[in-house]
Amino acid sequence: MKQEIPVTSSPQIHDDASTTNIMWSVFFCLLPPALWGCFVFGAPALRVLCVSLLSSAGAEALCARLSRHPLTLWDGSACVTGLLVGMAMPPGVPSYVPLFASVFAIGVAKWTFGGLGRNWMNPALAGRVFVYFSWTRAMTSWSLPAALHTADALSGATPLGFLKRGMAENTAFYRSPMEYLRANGYPRSLFDGGATDWLNARILEPLGISLPQGYIDFFFGFMGGSIGEVSALLLLAGTVFLLARRVLSPAIPAACFGTFGVLIWIFGGLPFSGEYFAGDLLFHLFSGGLILGVFYMATDIVSSPVSLSGQILYGCGVGLLSFLIRLYGSAPEGTAFAILVMNVFVPLINKKLRPSRFGRAKGAMRE
Amino acid sequence: MNVMWKTFPKGGLEPRQMKSRIKDRAVWNASIPALCIVPLLQHRGEPATCLVRPRETVREGMLIGRADSPDSCHVHSPVPGTVKYVEEITLPWGDKTPAVFIELGGEFNRLGKAVYTHPWEGIRADRLLSMLADRGVVGMGSGIPAHRKLEIPEGRTVRTLIINGVECEPYLCADYRIMVEKAEELIEGARIAAAITRPGRSVIALAGDKTEARDALRKKIKELKADIEIRALRPKYPLGDERQLIKALAGEEFSLGGTALDAGAVVLNVGTALAVYEAVVLQKPLVEKTITVAGRALREQANLKVRIGTPLADLVEECGGFVRMPAKIVVGGPMMGWGVCDLSAPITKTTSGVLFLSPKEIRDSRKTNCLNCGRCLRSCPMGLQPSALYKWVEHSAYEEAREEGLLDCSECGCCAYACPARLPLTRGIRAGKMVLRGGAGL
Repeated sequence: MKQEIPVTSSPQIHDDASTTNIMWSVFFCLLPPALWGCFVFGAPALRVLCVSLLSSAGAEALCARLSRHPLTLWDGSACVTGLLVGMAMPPGVPSYVPLFASVFAIGVAKWTFGGLGRNWMNPALAGRVFVYFSWTRAMTSWSLPAALHTADALSGATPLGFLKRGMAENTAFYRSPMEYLRANGYPRSLFDGGATDWLNARILEPLGISLPQGYIDFFFGFMGGSIGEVSALLLLAGTVFLLARRVLSPAIPAACFGTFGVLIWIFGGLPFSGEYFAGDLLFHLFSGGLILGVFYMATDIVSSPVSLSGQILYGCGVGLLSFLIRLYGSAPEGTAFAILVMNVFVPLINKKLRPSRFGRAKGAMRE
Repeated sequence: MNVMWKTFPKGGLEPRQMKSRIKDRAVWNASIPALCIVPLLQHRGEPATCLVRPRETVREGMLIGRADSPDSCHVHSPVPGTVKYVEEITLPWGDKTPAVFIELGGEFNRLGKAVYTHPWEGIRADRLLSMLADRGVVGMGSGIPAHRKLEIPEGRTVRTLIINGVECEPYLCADYRIMVEKAEELIEGARIAAAITRPGRSVIALAGDKTEARDALRKKIKELKADIEIRALRPKYPLGDERQLIKALAGEEFSLGGTALDAGAVVLNVGTALAVYEAVVLQKPLVEKTITVAGRALREQANLKVRIGTPLADLVEECGGFVRMPAKIVVGGPMMGWGVCDLSAPITKTTSGVLFLSPKEIRDSRKTNCLNCGRCLRSCPMGLQPSALYKWVEHSAYEEAREEGLLDCSECGCCAYACPARLPLTRGIRAGKMVLRGGAGL
């Protein structure tokens, strides 16, 4: 035969998933929620995303050059990091903040350990936390979506930030966090009113349930928050795609939402009605950055545990810490911190929770 | 997929089956090759001693390689003809062996002649075993001579005789075709094996989605009133591996160095059971076998009955030639088979199929750093950490690798199949094992 055919060793075929297509499919699943952020927050959000993406790509190229490593931009991981950094920023933040966040993420969190696959913490989160403590004021000034601007221009705030401020005083008069927001004038879009009424009249009331106003805004993404975290709907759509393609392993999100959900359900009602088992699950799931953080940062394949049992433990840890920070911490929420703290434990988890070896378990046949 | 079907619990994966276009193609007899290349080592053990010289005339089914040690196995001439020369060749898996090159000529004494069946009931087990030895029957999966596999040492009992029809490798459908087309012969073969090993029960294990095979077997078992169960299992790779199959069927694990017999089981491939039938009932030596020839580089994919020693080139011709250049030529299944670079390699007793894969089917990608994603670990049926083993071996830390279980690896290929970074995990681990066993490594 003329053409050379290589002598190869088994296995001769491979799974669809490769580093490149995992990274790029995550990237493309993140694009719709990112663009939604640009849509509701306008040009400043687009500027932040562009800065974070370009600086992340630039930092990657530079680091690869300095480490005498072939250019690795094609693998898509730097673009995912850049996009995640931008999506975790408040919309109106000055451009130098995402720039520094991206450079820290790529340069320090990723390349000081040797680049792709070697970092022990999620680079995007490391970058975000770095700028959070460096420019705390800029990182906690929120603006509201254009659709929410009311006559008495409320200083922009995330629902959770708004609530935290209230909880510092007293919230015992209200039955739920959503009721607190309504009573104290957290703005609502016109879409929410229409959609909630329609849902209640057509679907829920015949079933004997009624949805209070405000949740639809949270679900679709009309609320204050980071650029990429507001649209739960689009984030979940991407997640469904990634789960179906088996890019994401479901263990971490399942453990995390399970733990978080149960804890919120049991204890979430305490600051309000004072009762156990009265937490407002919908409110806590769809407000804030939990969905973005859990599905796209906690599941980061590089910095999460490898075995199934390890992943479940790690997910539970993230859920527990998120819950503790959210209800009892000084910051409104802490998904980012929860994940970073759990990243620290990953090497230990990987060491301790490993699969048992075939034929070596108790009761196995001996030679 | 029916989740009610049992399977082995740990690791494994579901590679794309690629069987839908092949499984319904009935087996046909491939044309007899003009030149047969018959290796004298087609089994695990020592090569057989060559009994023929160049220019000597051989008959179909004549003994040409004699087992001179208990570790060896007879080899018969698959075709009538003239020995051209005897020369050393390298088999796809790296073994060097003398091979007899036979040029076709003369008359067939079996092909096209009437078939006589010989009753076997009442023949003693040791007599049956020597019939298998005389006719060169080997286990089609492992290459262990059948008479050694079925010989139960004094004091051991067999609880289960398992006829392995799982065929978990993608593409391969030869065992499936045997179960559909030769259900009766297969069951007869299983009964002969049972007469030798006297098991507590006999089971035919197959993948639950192979309903046609299941129904065909069930019908024949009823007709023949055979005492054989059929167990449908959830298809997962590598369910066909003896250890995983026994784990799935009986829940028992046997460790490294152990054999199926430690778990009270004897496992025979479907192809082997058919060969047992042919050797005993038809008194025919193992000179042909059913294989799958597949891959998108071929014009036609097929299940063929081929003579042992047929060169791959003849199979390509049988399948209408190439429609595109294959990116890989694989002897065996895609997960555990061996890549070869030329078409002169012969079919042996343990060849289950030959694949001519197009680049698209391989789904190769650029190699990157290890991502620590854990896919290798989660897919490992032996509970190992392939990426860690690979890194130890890469750094020549063989003793650390041994402690991590390097020698437990069954080389099923799950880890490297699943690896998104396309690290050659299985190859690295195999190289490490060779070093630990005293070889030179790769």
